[in-house]
Amino acid sequence: MSTPHVTLRGITRRFGALVANDRVTLELPPGEIHALVGENGAGKSTLMKVLFGLLQPDEGEIVVDGRNVRFADPQAAMRHGLGMVHQHFMLVDTLTVAENVTLGRETQARFGLLAPGDAEREVAALAERHRLPVDPKARISQLSVGAQQRVEILKALYRGARVLILDEPTAVLTPQEVDELFAVLRALVAEGVSIVLITHKLAEVKALASRVTVLRGGKVAGSAMVADTSIERMAELMVGHVPAPLTERSHRAPGAPLLEVQGLEVRDARHLPAVRDVSFAVRSGEIVGIAGVEGNGQHELIECLAGLCPPARGAVRIAGVAVSGHSAREHRAAGLAHIPSDRLHRGLVPDMSLAENLVLGLQRRPDIGTGPWLGGHTLEDASRARLQEYDVRPPDPRAFAGRLSGGNQQKLIAARELTQGAKAILAAHPTRGVDLGAIDFIHRRLLAERDAGRAVLLVSSELSEILALSDRILVLYEGRIVHETTPAATDERTLGLHMTGRASHTDAPLPPRNGTPHASGGLA
Amino acid sequence: MDVLLFAAAAVRISVPYALAAMGASLSERGGVVCIALEGLMLNGALAYTLGAHATQNPWIGVLCALLAGLATAWLHAEATVRFRADQITTGLGINLLAAGLTRFVLVRVFHSSSNSPRVPGLPEWRIPGVADLPGVGELLSSPLVLITLALVVLVHGLLFRTVFGLRLRSIGERPEAAATLGISVARYRFAGVLLCGLMAGLAGAYLSSEQHSFTDGMTGGRGYIALAAMIVGKWNPVGAAAACLLFGAAEALQIKLQGSAFPSELLQALPYVITMLALAGFIGRAVAPRAVGTPYDPES
Ligand SMILES: Nc1ncnc2c1ncn2[C@@H]1O[C@H](COP(=O)(O)OP(=O)(O)OP(=O)(O)O)[C@@H](O)[C@H]1O
Ligand SMILES: [Mg+2]
Repeated sequence: MSTPHVTLRGITRRFGALVANDRVTLELPPGEIHALVGENGAGKSTLMKVLFGLLQPDEGEIVVDGRNVRFADPQAAMRHGLGMVHQHFMLVDTLTVAENVTLGRETQARFGLLAPGDAEREVAALAERHRLPVDPKARISQLSVGAQQRVEILKALYRGARVLILDEPTAVLTPQEVDELFAVLRALVAEGVSIVLITHKLAEVKALASRVTVLRGGKVAGSAMVADTSIERMAELMVGHVPAPLTERSHRAPGAPLLEVQGLEVRDARHLPAVRDVSFAVRSGEIVGIAGVEGNGQHELIECLAGLCPPARGAVRIAGVAVSGHSAREHRAAGLAHIPSDRLHRGLVPDMSLAENLVLGLQRRPDIGTGPWLGGHTLEDASRARLQEYDVRPPDPRAFAGRLSGGNQQKLIAARELTQGAKAILAAHPTRGVDLGAIDFIHRRLLAERDAGRAVLLVSSELSEILALSDRILVLYEGRIVHETTPAATDERTLGLHMTGRASHTDAPLPPRNGTPHASGGLA
Repeated sequence: MDVLLFAAAAVRISVPYALAAMGASLSERGGVVCIALEGLMLNGALAYTLGAHATQNPWIGVLCALLAGLATAWLHAEATVRFRADQITTGLGINLLAAGLTRFVLVRVFHSSSNSPRVPGLPEWRIPGVADLPGVGELLSSPLVLITLALVVLVHGLLFRTVFGLRLRSIGERPEAAATLGISVARYRFAGVLLCGLMAGLAGAYLSSEQHSFTDGMTGGRGYIALAAMIVGKWNPVGAAAACLLFGAAEALQIKLQGSAFPSELLQALPYVITMLALAGFIGRAVAPRAVGTPYDPES
């Protein structure tokens, strides 16, 4: 099947009074990577859902190879060679890779019986051909996020996709996985496949795309060949002005330790040690960054420090209070705030209003509730100001959190966690999936919290973020702290070596793979 | 010999449980809670009695039971799948409806508030060689016992070896994923619930056929025990059937011990105790299909 030439012409899509897409036009010639960028809530996902038949446009047309088409459902889009990898994966966790890939188009023996062997062989061949290494027999629940994404891509290719839509594919990947993904995408383009790539990282646009369209407030703010534009220009189109670089940070001596960790060991879900003998302290007025390739214990470390799982050994103190083994509520009572990495499951209740989400966990505070009663109207009024301050769109206290765009959900959590006067702040991937303006905003807030004398522990897969914000950096590798440094004394490359256990003076064993680790630039 | 007789009794008792529990596993694997088992069985039992009474043909009775189960399940599916009503509430409503309806029909048709007149039971299927086996010969001549044994294999195969089963399972776990691949969530959920209705209706027919009559409230909570067995069996037809056998054995033992010094009520509680242990994670982990109980709304 040859790659169709797809054009979106004058697409408008409304949600009630909100115009999510406003007469958007987008051109997708075969064999091109078209980047779609824009702030949170700019309408990128909406536009792609319209293209994929998940949403119907209110106005405008979709033209495939010169003919007007209507995609009533995703199958219609798939028949025209479209495939989509969603922001939140559409995989059945309990089924195998082969089952997920072939679902709906199963390889069959007679009488509707499955032919699992054939499916596995076919999927293995497809994976091999496109260099998407994944075990067809593995269950989705056993796979890393990167591998799950490969399964999503395979699903689209299995259905003959020639136009591939990827909604923020790199937000959840490690730098290594980003490199691997880009290699795959380049190979696909070389075969003539065209790709729409939604991302917040303009460096990725520069590295990969040939054409870029910027959405702002549902409208096309500009479209250009990537070679003819610059990151600064794209950023300006996205937010309407050039974001100023982070202000020179004040240098002040850190104060008393507010978050102390001593000899901590944490087990993972399979009861294997994930954090081994980790000790450190974060002092008042200090941001400590934890760098590490995902899966080296940072998840378990944060869960444990937040009081979500008890440590197997060791002690945690928050503002001098021993809390290890206590409940999450007691951790918070001792002065801890937590921006969790999994915003949908840990950070929000999607079916509750923004106002209610803003007081989650704070219901015992006298200004929020008395006894069993919540504040009602005052609650909504109080939240309106905070929603505006954190630029959550729409700033409607009664809207449901689940209806917010991904980046706005993240801002909502930041608004709750950074405004409760905590002493120590755990920030796990605080800017994941957040647009440039909001990244800048959250960074400034974290720095302000630091300057106000709080202790901040920052975990991020964005090395640029770690380097920009931290006063000290700890590198976590296989559950141990293998390196401690400061941003001034290191760079992304050196950190990358430590993160993969390849720096010369660590005693960790050499991993079998080689190739230089590479950090994706977030805020180039 | 005594052991064989005991085993035969246990199997005999567990047949209706197993039919209902396997049916429920199909419904729940597709994402629809089937707490309506009790009502499905009760309607099936009454329909068998009506059919067998009117025609004096037990097989017509079985057909009526299947249709009654199907119709009742259709009501459940219509409410929960099409109108996205709460599955537990709907199921309980169906149980209450069936309890009232069967009593009403009992009074209207048979002029008794307690039981129907005697109706024919299913005839034996005497398989040469098998029917004369000591202890179990009689058991293995009962058509519904044989059908249930075959269904254990068939239902398991349907769920895990066929395209239908794969799609049904995917819909119970992640309906939106299946929907984007062109699988109709509503169609498969309907199918799961209707199959459950057929099997629960058959379970009802077995009860009436064994007893040669219908008595008011004759299912006596068996639907709930079957649901518990399905949970203990981890939503697998074979597991569910095995759990039913265990529960059947407990019940057989309890009957045997009646009148002895041993407090047989303890055995009566056994299914519930085992279910709670299973849910608490002591007997492996019982994990429900992820989307079970949640209506699927394609708009969100
Ligand atoms: N189903 C829905 N109902 C109501 N409003 C919606 C719905 N889906 C999206 N919106 C709104 O439409 C706007 C555009 O959302 P969309 O998800 O397209 O943004 P986005 O550009 O993908 O943002 P992000 O970068 O945060 O993912 C947002 O204001 C969002 O709240
Ligand atoms: Mg989006």
